[in-house]
Amino acid sequence: MRVALFVTCLNDALYPGTGKAVVTLLERLGVEVEFPLDQTCCGQMHFNTGYRAACEPLVRGFAETFAPYDAVVVPSASCAGMARHFHPQVVAGGNASWRVSDVATRVYELSEFLVDVLEVTDVGAYYPHRVTYHPTCHSLRVLGVGDRPLRLLRAVRGLDLVELPEAEQCCGFGGTFAVKNADVSVAMGADKIAYVHETGAEVLTAADNSCLMHLGGMLSRLRTGVRTVHLAEILAATEEAGAA
Amino acid sequence: MTATYLGMPAFPVAARAAVADTQLRRNLGHATATIRAKRAAVVGELDDWEELRLAGAAIKDRTLRHLDHYLEQLETSLTARGATVHWAVDAAAANAVVAEVAKAHGASEVVKIKSMATQEIGLNEALEAEGIAAYETDLAELIVQLGEDKPSHILVPAIHRNRAEIREIFLRAMPDAPQGLTDRPADLAAAARAHLRRRFLSARVAVSGANFAVAETGTLTIVESEGNGRMCLTLPEVLVCVVGIEKVLPTWQDLEVFLQLLPRSSTGERMNPYTSTWSGVTPGDGPREVHVILLDNGRTRALADTVGRQALRCIRCSACLNVCPVYERAGGHAYGSVYPGPIGAILTPLLGGLTGELENSLPYASTLCGACFEACPVRIDIPEVLLHLRSKAVTAKRHPAQDAAMRTAAVVMRSPRLWSRALRLAGVTGRLFRRGRIRRLPGPGAAWTDARDAPVPARESFRDWWTRTRGSGS
Amino acid sequence: MTARDEILGRVRAALADVPGGSPDDEPVPRDYRRTHHDGDLVALFAERVADYRAVVRSVSADGLAAAIADELAGQRVVVPVDVPQTWTDGLDARRDEPPLSVEELDAVDAVLTGCALGIAETGTIVLDAGTAQGRRALTLVPDRHVCVVRADQVVADVPGAVAALDPVRPLTWISGPSATSDIELQRVEGVHGPRTLIVLLVT
Repeated sequence: MRVALFVTCLNDALYPGTGKAVVTLLERLGVEVEFPLDQTCCGQMHFNTGYRAACEPLVRGFAETFAPYDAVVVPSASCAGMARHFHPQVVAGGNASWRVSDVATRVYELSEFLVDVLEVTDVGAYYPHRVTYHPTCHSLRVLGVGDRPLRLLRAVRGLDLVELPEAEQCCGFGGTFAVKNADVSVAMGADKIAYVHETGAEVLTAADNSCLMHLGGMLSRLRTGVRTVHLAEILAATEEAGAA
Repeated sequence: MTATYLGMPAFPVAARAAVADTQLRRNLGHATATIRAKRAAVVGELDDWEELRLAGAAIKDRTLRHLDHYLEQLETSLTARGATVHWAVDAAAANAVVAEVAKAHGASEVVKIKSMATQEIGLNEALEAEGIAAYETDLAELIVQLGEDKPSHILVPAIHRNRAEIREIFLRAMPDAPQGLTDRPADLAAAARAHLRRRFLSARVAVSGANFAVAETGTLTIVESEGNGRMCLTLPEVLVCVVGIEKVLPTWQDLEVFLQLLPRSSTGERMNPYTSTWSGVTPGDGPREVHVILLDNGRTRALADTVGRQALRCIRCSACLNVCPVYERAGGHAYGSVYPGPIGAILTPLLGGLTGELENSLPYASTLCGACFEACPVRIDIPEVLLHLRSKAVTAKRHPAQDAAMRTAAVVMRSPRLWSRALRLAGVTGRLFRRGRIRRLPGPGAAWTDARDAPVPARESFRDWWTRTRGSGS
Repeated sequence: MTARDEILGRVRAALADVPGGSPDDEPVPRDYRRTHHDGDLVALFAERVADYRAVVRSVSADGLAAAIADELAGQRVVVPVDVPQTWTDGLDARRDEPPLSVEELDAVDAVLTGCALGIAETGTIVLDAGTAQGRRALTLVPDRHVCVVRADQVVADVPGAVAALDPVRPLTWISGPSATSDIELQRVEGVHGPRTLIVLLVT
């Protein structure tokens, strides 16, 4: 099985550590990961803002880049959702749309890949911190990853997992919403971090760095002493690797 | 058409003020949390809730796809039962019919049941201009009317008011309010009851909407809690019903689905206190004269949009409002129209187009979290429609700065080479920030950093790390 | 062109993408339940009516007259024309013939009726202006409504009720006394409509 990593434009630019963690993790599990350098962006930002025409070349580029692979692993539920659910829509009725649809079926968010394809929940991780998990809206309602991330986290040695109250409420990021409707976005984030505070957690994790960027930005601005860490980085952590 | 309130700013501007309104935040947060819990409880009682939703959506879709057939059938049935049917292309036409009927009976006042359709067409203002007073009889609408305010929620329109404010409004604007009126809800309700009872018992003309209009039998339905609906439907001699054309249902049997979906979704009860159904005129029981106005006012425009058309399934339950985290913090007024919340964000532009500044901003008043779709009893995929409307919004109005930014981003992202270079450039700039986070960004970035730190671009992008450590290519 | 023609024309134009044919070609999936409960429907009905803070009293057929007298002693009562004599013996009851004016109704203390049916699942009583029910204003204006429901009138659920009711008749579905939650979401009973609903359940 040829496995490729779609690291996402956000992670490529701002959170390369998450990409590295996915590679470390998958290799530890015996999976050879490839990184086709032609990849750029899944087009979600353009699509969600209404620029569908601009999105189309990005969608086709994605399909062409990842066509040779049996599985595309994505450390972002929102990007995985974009590829699986919306890529076919963007090119529907157009040229060779079947190819885009075909690649879309092979796109997996990280926890889906681990649990459904590799059939593991214990990835051999060690992470001795109190952690709370935020189920991002895309993972919850678009992809339906359900409790896969929680099952993975529960198997991490040393990890003290606490439940986040009202976890299913949106964090307020919403892509360009975070800037176009900043007041409401921050108000939503404020309530979310209040719940995080209630858990006494040191670390807030999720399957999307976009939500974590928003919440993490507020957590650090307010000097709360809570940091955000992507799910991949927790799962990649071991004693040897210095669980940070 | 008067779908949006004149002079309302775009959503983000209006929402900013609302977010800072601590009383609104408290009231709304409490209200929506309470109704959410009640709804969840009664929906949880039915293990076939999903099947009911699917049936509800299918019935509505069938109706909409053959709307001409069902409207004609409705007209025939209503007429056979002694009602007079009018067709109104827009708000002005509908208002004119109501005024005409009132005048024909020499009525200088009418009593009203809460009706979103009549708010949408600005009926009260139109009647006032004709010298006819329109008295709201729903408690919340009464509060809003006396307070010279606007409704902020579909179901509990005065939710932005607390009891002290309501008391103050009653003392100020209700001539017969008792002297020692307290702010206990029971006392306030009693004051409203006494005040309105006089009106009911003497009114000759009533105006209502309708929750459902059954084509097969010519039956209209009003679903309510207080009894003011029953008062208006039963006591006056003349009844005028303003019914949006999307309110049609094919058969009497179809009510078995909607009378389960609506009460549980809206007030979170197994059944609301009073539901009235009637078909035309019944001699000796209720009005002698029944007029039904079939209202378009933009609905055919929404119908023509093959993706947006599903918004016309709406049964006005407000479940989407109660689960929406944006509505909970921005309140109803920020949506600048009769229809707030998620349904408002799609219905208002579908009815009236996307060229207005407010309408154009409404599809963006959402994080696309999807909670509304989960709650909608007729399965309107609101996120899908929002995305669809966004794709139309960017061409309906020019957004020069945004258009340019998106164009540039698209060019860069289309080319792996340009993309790599952009990342490297960002990484270099990133070196200026030693502390690992950015506290302040200029321009549009300030909207982020006003309340959040921003991440610093990585010194070495992922792809550069890969190439350096693994060699180029996969 | 009339408004009717214009609107229907717009509708047809809007639906240009819909293939022609009868609406019945698209079946509606009716996989929902006809009933949600088996078992003792009368007990369920009593429980659910009481949930709305209506008063529910179970009485035997023989005990009905006494229960009525108990609830309505010393009150001025209006009744539909065709209410059984046994119900009104000993009451200060006025039949609605000739029909009472609104002012007269307003001066009355209570109304006594039967019903068309009761719905167990939702604790709802439906009046259809049929036997012993009278016109709609009767059960609206007085402040107290005593309603007699026979056990055999109780159906399980909403679909059964809709099937049993005649849409041509003016129907009033009553689920508890009138209430509002418009003031800070606190439920307050009795805005318009009877503030007291008493159900005499004849088993």
